[in-house]
Amino acid sequence: MIGIEHYLVVSSILFVMGVLGIFLNRKNVIIILMAIELILLSVNINLVAFSAFLGDLVGQVFAMFVLTVAAGEAAIGLAILVIYFRGRGTIAVDDVNRMKG
Amino acid sequence: MDLSTSLYLVRPELILSFSSLALLLIAAWRQEAGRLVSILSVAALVGAGAYAVHYLCAGTDASAFEGLYRADAFGSFAKILIYFAAAISLMIAPKALEKMGAMRAEYPVLVILAAVGMGVMVSATDLLTLYIGLELNSLAAYVLASFARNDGRSAEAGLKYFVLGALASGILLFGMSLLYGFTGSTSFETIGTAMTGELSMGLLFGLVFVLSGLAFKISAAPFHMWTPDVYEGAPTPVTAFFASAPKVAASALLIRIVVEAFGNQVQAWQQIVMVVALMSIIIGAVGAIGQQNLKRLLAYSSINNVGFLLIGLAAGTEQGVAAMLVYLAIYVAMTLGGFVCLMQLKGRDGEMKESMADIAGLSKTRPALAAIFAIFMFSLAGIPPLFGFYGKLVVFNAAISAGLFPLAVIGIAASVIGAFYYLKVVKTMYFDESGDSIEAADDKVLRWTGGALGLVVSALGYLAIPLLGAVTAQAAGALF
Repeated sequence: MIGIEHYLVVSSILFVMGVLGIFLNRKNVIIILMAIELILLSVNINLVAFSAFLGDLVGQVFAMFVLTVAAGEAAIGLAILVIYFRGRGTIAVDDVNRMKG
Repeated sequence: MDLSTSLYLVRPELILSFSSLALLLIAAWRQEAGRLVSILSVAALVGAGAYAVHYLCAGTDASAFEGLYRADAFGSFAKILIYFAAAISLMIAPKALEKMGAMRAEYPVLVILAAVGMGVMVSATDLLTLYIGLELNSLAAYVLASFARNDGRSAEAGLKYFVLGALASGILLFGMSLLYGFTGSTSFETIGTAMTGELSMGLLFGLVFVLSGLAFKISAAPFHMWTPDVYEGAPTPVTAFFASAPKVAASALLIRIVVEAFGNQVQAWQQIVMVVALMSIIIGAVGAIGQQNLKRLLAYSSINNVGFLLIGLAAGTEQGVAAMLVYLAIYVAMTLGGFVCLMQLKGRDGEMKESMADIAGLSKTRPALAAIFAIFMFSLAGIPPLFGFYGKLVVFNAAISAGLFPLAVIGIAASVIGAFYYLKVVKTMYFDESGDSIEAADDKVLRWTGGALGLVVSALGYLAIPLLGAVTAQAAGALF
């Protein structure tokens, strides 16, 4: 029998993978965007699982809101990335270092 | 509670959202509409602010949209500060952005959209409204940070802000999903009543995640690392906006969620808030010492100030919340004034000067500007005759009344370290040999706003204490 704890474990693993993906990745900013999506999706798994187990619809409504905002966030992130690439000609994470200190 | 009553209560947000749509159309149809749209945006902010003042005076305290939103004195006070800061950062922007070739009509529209988001944040009484408001504000802010498209630093600031802001939203959301799962509701009130007695592991995790996400948004240490980079890279008027309005909104949101949803678990979050407050004060003070860029210096100063603000929250009392609101009001005036002075530093070709070396000997070339800048620096340091001192006084007073003596003592000691770099700015202006000359600014708006804000934070500000005290007491009373 699959219980709520299984869902929580899966979503926690996804969440941690997303956070590590942001901090350990040294290659490419696009991968960071993917890691952010992973975090938001892990939250959605949480919300939908809780909603099903509580028998309460609010969680699923919340998940729809999260999906919508995630789409907007990805669009803005990519737009900023395009500006950045135009100016710098690279999107390697190690090169994002003009300001330090 | 029918729909018309709900709509009646969200009039500030309605005005701003509709005017942002209308202004976007003007921006699409008219060429070079930047200034016109800026003026109309300030008018919209004044209109929305008038309703906020009206709610504050009438003592409105009602829920809208089935308990998703609350129009009360606390939210109205925060909204007045937010709209004020947004209006100032719109007024000072056009000339500076035109110099950078980045004055487009989208700038005021984005500021208004961010103001709508912040208004929703401070009135949110449900996790769902909280999230929508926060994201509306953040998404507009990411674009604003990278608004000077041709400037590499601005794009980099936008990228950094976006990645770390999205991470913060993710952490906050994860915490909110846990709170929802373990209490069965997204409403602050129901979460508050469900969080009694021994905290379960899930709720504790939810609480810590929510606090961490919000600490990111107010740039409190240890989640402050994006602040100096974003403040340095973003165009200066945008930085002035970031340092004032979103700070007020996120702090007010933090206060509301901590008091309404976590109010029964004071001992669970009090230590976290205390540690975060002390770390912010110390990191903000120590980190600023070696900075050569004035925008970075003001970024560390804002981290430092958030620490003092959180001392009021750590007290966890009504007096503490009222003290925080006083501190926020004074902080907004001080930090906006600091950036207004910074924007008046222009070289011979009109290029922006922002390093410590550029202000050497400023008192000889531009005595009035140097004097006003010195007032803001002394006020931020909390030197007694100026108004910044009063903010620190009420916050520490609240902490001592709540019996948090060690916190108050360490905070006061660390504020002495902080005074060092504020005084260093003053010393550079008054006692160093002048280097490159700073041209007299031709911008009347900057001079007048700088002067007016300077008057507010000077000793004259003490005249406003009875009014400020009464309003903040009413606002804090709406939460308890």
